[in-house]
Amino acid sequence: MKADSILERLLERGEFVVTSEISPPKSADGTKVREKVRILRGYADAFNVTDNQTAIVRMSSLAASLFCIQEGVEPIMQMTCRDRNRLAMQSDLIGASALGIRNLLCITGDHQRFGNQPQSRNVFDLDSTQQLMVFKRMRDEGELWCGDVMETAPKILLGAAANPFVDPIEMSVIRLSKKIKAGADFVQTQAIFDLDRFQEWYSVIRSRGLEKKTHIIAGVTPLRSYKAAKFMAENIPGMSIPEEVLKRMASAPDEKLEGTKICLERIEVLRDTPGIHGIHLMPINWESVVPEIMERAELLPRPSP
Amino acid sequence: MCVYKTRASLHKRYIVLYVEYINPTKECRYLIIGEQKPLPEIISMIEHEGGTKILIVGCRSCVAVCLAGGEEEVLQLADRLREYSNSTSKGWEISTVTLQRQCEKEFDRGIAKLIENTDVILSLGCGVGAQVLGEVYPERIVLPGINTSSMGAPEGRGKWKERCVGCGDCTIQLSGGICPIARCSKMLQNGPCGGSQGGKCEVSPDRDCAWQLIYDRLRLKGRLDLLEIILPPKDWSKARDGGPRIVIKNTEAGR
Ligand code: SF4
Ligand code: SF4
Repeated sequence: MKADSILERLLERGEFVVTSEISPPKSADGTKVREKVRILRGYADAFNVTDNQTAIVRMSSLAASLFCIQEGVEPIMQMTCRDRNRLAMQSDLIGASALGIRNLLCITGDHQRFGNQPQSRNVFDLDSTQQLMVFKRMRDEGELWCGDVMETAPKILLGAAANPFVDPIEMSVIRLSKKIKAGADFVQTQAIFDLDRFQEWYSVIRSRGLEKKTHIIAGVTPLRSYKAAKFMAENIPGMSIPEEVLKRMASAPDEKLEGTKICLERIEVLRDTPGIHGIHLMPINWESVVPEIMERAELLPRPSP
Repeated sequence: MCVYKTRASLHKRYIVLYVEYINPTKECRYLIIGEQKPLPEIISMIEHEGGTKILIVGCRSCVAVCLAGGEEEVLQLADRLREYSNSTSKGWEISTVTLQRQCEKEFDRGIAKLIENTDVILSLGCGVGAQVLGEVYPERIVLPGINTSSMGAPEGRGKWKERCVGCGDCTIQLSGGICPIARCSKMLQNGPCGGSQGGKCEVSPDRDCAWQLIYDRLRLKGRLDLLEIILPPKDWSKARDGGPRIVIKNTEAGR
C-alpha cells in the first residue's frame, strides 16, 4: 500500500467508490467546517477539500482537511499549482502527511481572473504533471525533488484531474496519459453532463488502455435549478452542459427533482461502464442533496474500509 | 516516443541562450511591446515632479513600430500636454526629441544640452530605454511614459501579440514552435488545463488557447508524437527568477 488510505484500500479491493466534495468556508471559524463534515459523514468514502476554488480565498485545504480527520472523515486534499512554488508544495505535502492526510489531488487551478483577487500573480512553477512527478519521487524514493533524502517519506495517494470536455479530445487523452505516467494513482473527472461526448473520450482512453493503469472516478454534479445550471455552464471553466440538459431544466415543473434525476441517470450509466471505478459527486453549493442522491442511487451503506 | 528525464540528465541539461539584436535598418520582425500610459497618469507624474520645462524623449525602434513612443506619438503627446497646460494655465514649455535607439548610451549622450535645459524628462522609450537614459543622466529622474509589456510580434494592423517571456531555456522545438510559457495563461508545459474549450483560453474568449495552437501546428507537421514527451520541472533559474540575467558574447565589446 502506498498510503493505506480508505480510498486506496477500497480501490484496490475493486469496490465502486464514491468521493464527494467539501469547500472550505471564508471564515476563520472551524465549527463551520465541522458542521459541513458532520452532515456528509458516511455518505461518501472520502471527500475532496478544495483549494481556493475558482481562485476565491477561503480557509486553506490543509487546515480544512485536518478538521475532516478530526471529525472521522477521510479527506482528499486538493493542491493547485496556481498558488505555490515547488518549495511550498513539497513542504505542504510533508506537513499534510505528518498530520495524517493520505490522499492528495494535484491540480492546475482555475485562473485567478475568475476569483476575488484578479490582480494577483500566479505561480505555476510546476504544472500538475510535474507536481505529480515531484510528489511521486518524495513518496517512492523518500527524496525531495533536488535529491535531498528525507528522514521519513510522506505516505500519500496521488490523484489527478481530467476533463473529458477539453478540446481536442486527443490532446486531453495525451495529457491524462502523461499524468498517469507521472504518478496519478487515481483520476477524478470534471462533472459529466454530456454522456455522448464522455463516451467518445472514454473510448480513446480505452484504446490506449489507460483505464487499466489508474483508477478513473467519474465526476457528476446535481443541478439545483435552471439558473444554477446556466451559471455553471457560463462561469465554471471547463464545464460543459449540453443544450438538451439545459432545456430539461428550463421546462421542468420541479427543477430540483429534475436536477436530481439527471444526476441519477448519469450515475447509473457510469456505474455500468467497465473500467470506471467510482463516482465523484460534486454538489457545488448544494451539499444537502448528497444523502438523497446516495440513497436513491442505492450506493448506501458505504463499504467498510 | 516518451522521454522521461531522470535527475542525472536533468542536471546535465545544456542551456543555450540566443540573443538577437534588433536591426534598425530593417523592418522589425519582433519587438518589445509597450503602450503609452493614460494621459491623466502622465500628467500626474509630471505634476508630482514639478517644474515647467518638459522634455519628451521618444525612440525610433520597437516602441515606434508598436505606435507607442515613436516620433509621431511624441508629437501627439506634446500637443495634448500643451492643450492641458493652456486650459489649466500651467505654463508648461514642452520640447521633444526622438532618438534612434534610446537603449544605447551614445544616442542618449547626444541630447545633453536639451536635458540640461529641462525640469522634467518624460521617456517614451521602453523600460530598457528609459533606464539607459536614466543611467546616462544619473542625477536626473526619468518619468516612464510607456508601460512595457512584452516581447512579441505584429499581428495585423495595430495589434501585437506576446511571443516570448525570455525564460532563458527555450524548448519550443517540442511544442511546434509555439511557446507555452509566453502564450498559455498558466505557462503549462505538458498540455492544456481543464479550461481549454473550442480553441479558446479560459481567461478570455479573445485569447487563443496556446495548447490548441500547439496541437494544430504539430498535427500539421505530422508530429503529434512530440506531445507525449513529459517535460520535467523547468529550470527557472535561467529565467528572471535567478536574478537579473547577463549575456556575454565573445566579441571585442564582450571581453
Ligand atoms: S520557451 Fe518561450 S519564453 Fe522561453 S525562450 Fe523560448 S520562446 Fe521565450
Ligand atoms: S485554456 Fe489553454 S492557454 Fe488558457 S490556461 Fe488553459 S491551457 Fe493555457
